[in-house]
Amino acid sequence: MVQHDRLQQTLMHLFMILLVLCCVLPFLLMVSASFTEEATLVRDGYRFIPKKFSLETYTYLFKSAKTIFRGYGMTILVTVLGTILNLTLTILFAYPLSRKDLPYRSVISFFLFFTMLFNGGLVPTYMMYSNVFHIKNTIWALIVPGLMMNAFYVIMMRSFFTASIPDALVEAARLDGASEWKVLLKVVLPLSKPMIVTLVLMVGLTYWNDWMNGLYYVNDQSLYTVQMILNNMINNIQFLSKNASLFGAEAANLSMPTVGIRMGIAVIAVLPVLVAYPFLQKYFVKGIVIGGVKG
Amino acid sequence: MRKKAKIGKKSLWKYRDLYLMLLPGALYLLINNYLPIGGLILAFKKYDYTKGIWGSPWNGLKNFKFLFSTRDAALIIRNTLGYNFIFIVLGTAFAVLVAIILNEIRAQLPKKIYQVFILVPYLISMVVVSYIVFAFLSTDNGYINNVILGKKINWYMQPKYWPYILVFVNLWKSFGYNSIIYYATVIGIDTSLYEAAVVDGATRWQRIWHVTLPGLRPTIITMTLLAIGRVFYSDFGLFYQVPMNSGLLYDVTTTIDVYVYKGLILLNDIGRSAAAGFFQSICGFLLVLTANFIVSKIDKENALF
Repeated sequence: MVQHDRLQQTLMHLFMILLVLCCVLPFLLMVSASFTEEATLVRDGYRFIPKKFSLETYTYLFKSAKTIFRGYGMTILVTVLGTILNLTLTILFAYPLSRKDLPYRSVISFFLFFTMLFNGGLVPTYMMYSNVFHIKNTIWALIVPGLMMNAFYVIMMRSFFTASIPDALVEAARLDGASEWKVLLKVVLPLSKPMIVTLVLMVGLTYWNDWMNGLYYVNDQSLYTVQMILNNMINNIQFLSKNASLFGAEAANLSMPTVGIRMGIAVIAVLPVLVAYPFLQKYFVKGIVIGGVKG
Repeated sequence: MRKKAKIGKKSLWKYRDLYLMLLPGALYLLINNYLPIGGLILAFKKYDYTKGIWGSPWNGLKNFKFLFSTRDAALIIRNTLGYNFIFIVLGTAFAVLVAIILNEIRAQLPKKIYQVFILVPYLISMVVVSYIVFAFLSTDNGYINNVILGKKINWYMQPKYWPYILVFVNLWKSFGYNSIIYYATVIGIDTSLYEAAVVDGATRWQRIWHVTLPGLRPTIITMTLLAIGRVFYSDFGLFYQVPMNSGLLYDVTTTIDVYVYKGLILLNDIGRSAAAGFFQSICGFLLVLTANFIVSKIDKENALF
């Protein structure tokens, strides 16, 4: 019986280890490719362990740094600005909704909630943002459409306020003469740190990873984020794969971003996320678990 | 009536600060979510750039007739619904399996480590995923052709492989997320139920079958119904970026979202795009209402309304 149980435990560990490898190895392939000498890559293809180690990808990236660093700067700018704006809108909307005494609370809740059920879709949204608000090729195109407020996060925040901030505390502060703003800033927010951190991470990740707004609204290269640079290079790969027979493999290597450099940029794009993630894992898990079922 | 009378002007004034807080968000929702709904009428218009949405002449159902007269309509509906159903069935089964295994593993540290790693694919953008897939499938440099097969298969030109590839990539990217949700539910199951089962001499399988799975049932039902509510939508990145927009894969990778995007931005075929988008919005709405109605009947806690 005991032995049988041991075997089962071992098998389950084996299964999970296999899964973990499935999750991690593909990144290793990418990283390893970025550290492999270009000629070796072209001859032998992508390998998990570099056959011939080389830093040329990264030295090239640093030399031609302008595009990449600019893209990095844009990614950081968009992520920080977008996250601040999103959290501000979310908190300001969630707090009044958590107040049971607010008149017309259910109407406002429905106004928020309906956006989760029905939307106009890409065509009208695109037309409105580009033809009415003329958002194309501005930084706002990367921040505003779709991402600046999410009904779902507002509801998460509201539920947190409802569950974790005692009504008596708010009432006491009000009786002491504190304004609603003061109550929010000095009483409610300090008690909401864990939830705020969770939302900052979820929203921040969304902005960091977003490339769709860029695809729809931006073709000015000076506004490209890292994700958009990557996206743009895929188009070059598409061009390559479609015309491979015309150009031949050698000609293709001349003008296009080279095989290793593509992976190098992808590595740079995911590095901050993967480095920071293990330390922040519990917040992500919390966000997913609270949000998941309703997401 | 009485309640309304109570909320007089004076009392609303008392809440002015709270309403002021709501204002920026309300404005944003109005612009980002409500205004485009009005734009759905574009589906019934012959769009003219110089006249805008409202000024363009009416076109009746011509856009829809045009859309449904091509084979594209059936194709994009089949693809969108078909992939989603496979994703739901496989995704749920696999995530539940992983959640149960995580729960059965006794060693605490490895358990924690597994949980950290399975979430990694969820953190990455679809663009990066498409690079990773390319590293495996590239005809000349790809790992699969070079190392595993030793022959050159032109993956990006062969439609027959892509249903499997897309299902695999989707599973890879999303199973961690779903597993974590199910695992959280499993942990929440009353431990006294397990203890009672052990006292009764239940084996591991009996415990899983009679305690864990019934405990997971509400979450599975809810998650599935909510996913069904979204079967008219697809992950644009998965179907557009991962196959690298390869024209030869059109039949197996074009979902409604891809079709709408291509029509709108690349082909400038606003009419058909708007019609497909309208179809998606309305079907999506009806389905999400139905799904939620059913959820609320089964499990009120988890219904959206």
